[in-house]
Amino acid sequence: MNSNAHASRHEASFWSRYVFSLDHKVIGLQYLFTSMFFLLSGFGMIMLLRWQLAFPGHPVPLVGGLISRLLPADWAPGGVLTPQFYNQLGAMHGTIMVFLGIVPLGVGAFGNYILPLQIGAPDMAFPRLNMMSYWLYLPGGLLMLASFLLPGGAAQSGWTSYVPLSIINPGQTVWLLAMVIIITSSLLGAVNFITTTLNMRAPGMTLGRMPVFVWSELVTAVLLLLAFPPLEAASILQLMDRVAGTSFYLPTGLVVAGQALKASGGGQPILWQHLFWFLAHPEVYVLILPAMGVVAEIIANGTRKPLFGYKEIVGSMIFIGGMSFVVWAHHMFLSGMTPALGNFFLVTTMIISVPSVAVLTCLIWSLKGGSIRFTTPMLFALAFLPLFGIGGLTGLPLGLTVTDIYLHDTYYVIGHFHYVVVTGTIIALMGGTYYWFPKWFGKRLNDFWGKVHFWGTVACMNGVFFPMFIQGLAGVQRRLYDPTAQLHNLTTQPMNVVSSFSAWLLFLFQIPFLVNIFYTIFKGERCEENPWEATTLEWACASPPPHGNFDKPPRVHRGPYEYSAPGARKDWIAQNAPEAA
Amino acid sequence: MSAQAAAVHGGGEYASTGIPNGKLGVWLFLASEIMLFATLFTTYVVLRISAPSWPRGWEELNVPLGALNTLVLITSSVTMVLAYAKAQARDKAGFYRYIGLTLALSFVFLIIKSFEYKAKFDRGHFPSTNIFFAIYFTLTGLHALHVIGGIVFNSGLALWGRRHWDHPLFAGRVECAGLYWHFVDIVWIFLFPALYLL
Repeated sequence: MNSNAHASRHEASFWSRYVFSLDHKVIGLQYLFTSMFFLLSGFGMIMLLRWQLAFPGHPVPLVGGLISRLLPADWAPGGVLTPQFYNQLGAMHGTIMVFLGIVPLGVGAFGNYILPLQIGAPDMAFPRLNMMSYWLYLPGGLLMLASFLLPGGAAQSGWTSYVPLSIINPGQTVWLLAMVIIITSSLLGAVNFITTTLNMRAPGMTLGRMPVFVWSELVTAVLLLLAFPPLEAASILQLMDRVAGTSFYLPTGLVVAGQALKASGGGQPILWQHLFWFLAHPEVYVLILPAMGVVAEIIANGTRKPLFGYKEIVGSMIFIGGMSFVVWAHHMFLSGMTPALGNFFLVTTMIISVPSVAVLTCLIWSLKGGSIRFTTPMLFALAFLPLFGIGGLTGLPLGLTVTDIYLHDTYYVIGHFHYVVVTGTIIALMGGTYYWFPKWFGKRLNDFWGKVHFWGTVACMNGVFFPMFIQGLAGVQRRLYDPTAQLHNLTTQPMNVVSSFSAWLLFLFQIPFLVNIFYTIFKGERCEENPWEATTLEWACASPPPHGNFDKPPRVHRGPYEYSAPGARKDWIAQNAPEAA
Repeated sequence: MSAQAAAVHGGGEYASTGIPNGKLGVWLFLASEIMLFATLFTTYVVLRISAPSWPRGWEELNVPLGALNTLVLITSSVTMVLAYAKAQARDKAGFYRYIGLTLALSFVFLIIKSFEYKAKFDRGHFPSTNIFFAIYFTLTGLHALHVIGGIVFNSGLALWGRRHWDHPLFAGRVECAGLYWHFVDIVWIFLFPALYLL
């Protein structure tokens, strides 16, 4: 049966084709647009919050009148954010960006669309499960967002939801419910990704011939599979504390606002921190590994030569995956944990930095001697290398117990992880969007506006996050509602203004990106089938691929990055090209 | 229809590893379930070690009923294996006899459990009473949810089998249901001594 017959069979209903689709490509695009929506809403929240940081106590311009009228009276009276609303924005920004924005973008969108194509599969192993993952993610995410509408508002205890504060604060019940739904969605996705990668490979696609992106998604899926259930369990326990009156996290004799809390007690607040970070440290690698995979694909293609150290990159990724389960407590050096345990986590943390540096080194070394094509996706991939480097290296002082005593909970931490996740992951995924857009829609994004977007974004991101290192070293604590309330913060207050203006400018530079995407989808011209002259299997089928992807099952004859092979007619040989190319 | 097209529509199986998709998927799912319950058991251990005093399980809980329920679940695992054997042997009547028994035993488990819960509530023991009952109700409640999940899956499979008895994947799906059901059984085998006997 050929692909046209497939297509016609599925033309019947709009609903089964675009809404409740079983096709991994449609589900991937659903994830793409939904996660972009969540990323924008999380970005919107932080733009509002940054006004308070730059100009504390002043009414928000432009939207101030609107929010004071739309929101409950005591949240933003006269357009000035109150501490209560500020805390909601902070907690929801973190939650939305991590769990509803970047993971669904890196795994749900890119993984779903590209992974089956790169291994030559007709679809995911479990198409129905795949659809269910999306249809849990969307309502879970909307529930999270809708918690702003509740009396008392959304969760306001930070994205880490530390107990016992989170158990006492309003809004947390819906946060927990939404998290359980989102985690379930991720778990189904992880089962699907691992099974697909292991089982659905085309003939000849051995593990050693899989592109680095596939490896990165595989390791990511294992992390999701094994690290998310502990947070699910921890969330269930916190939910019980809030709903059923248990005291898993409430110690005996807890006093709140001058009164003894009515609870049986006997719980352990530090238990939540352990369980939360047991997920949330592997989660960091869930955020960064797919980005590394995307960058590896683009760099191999853009340098026109095989990736330097394919085996070392893959080995490092697997090692990172394993190690990421034994570093979690470096987030907790100041939580009263025994110092002996601190030493253990210090050592494991230093060890896990080695493979990350190895991956980065291989990627940088891959540039040597390459005939680099400075296309838009390549620019993003090249920017990833130093920027992720800054993010990674600034993490080392946080992993050393002695320096962490000073830096813990300062803006330095915020600067560090935003360099990893924003200038690292988001830059890489933006590059990936330019790279695979011709695959998704058969059209190429405009190059000029792509470069405008690139330079503006890179400049503004550094403008947002670099000042945070200076603030953090000056001792400015994170999560402060009014940064001018303490004298020692005043010296670095201008940094907040720089950071905020950069954030708003960063938003303006996303407009060409969004316009570019929608203009190209509707008005763009079709481009050739393999515009980047890439070797991997996703380019061996039509763009966009029909239902079932490949007309006939591809047969793989070689590794993923056969660029500039000596004696070859052209500078690339596709993975499915027969021996005599 | 090519192998590729067949795989898209669930008519055939792709298996680079030699393990069918469904079976591999269930094993992976069980790995995540192990992490879920391992976390809860760890919580139990941590809270118990740090507690100044901890009630003896057999003084607070009904050991005979718990032991009976253990027996019921183990028996249901046996009938589940027999159902799978009958499905493999293409014995339709035998399959329905044993899957029916498995379902009946699952309901017996839930009924006994609900009597236990009722007795606790009558004596004024709730999750909020103390940390012991918080652990007891949360762990057994989550396990009961897994039993209900098993009932839903097994009865769905039984209904599906009435029309799709000759489906090539049928026996494989019974095996997957069995894997899950044994897992639910094993969790209880850990729960029973941990809560009732220690």
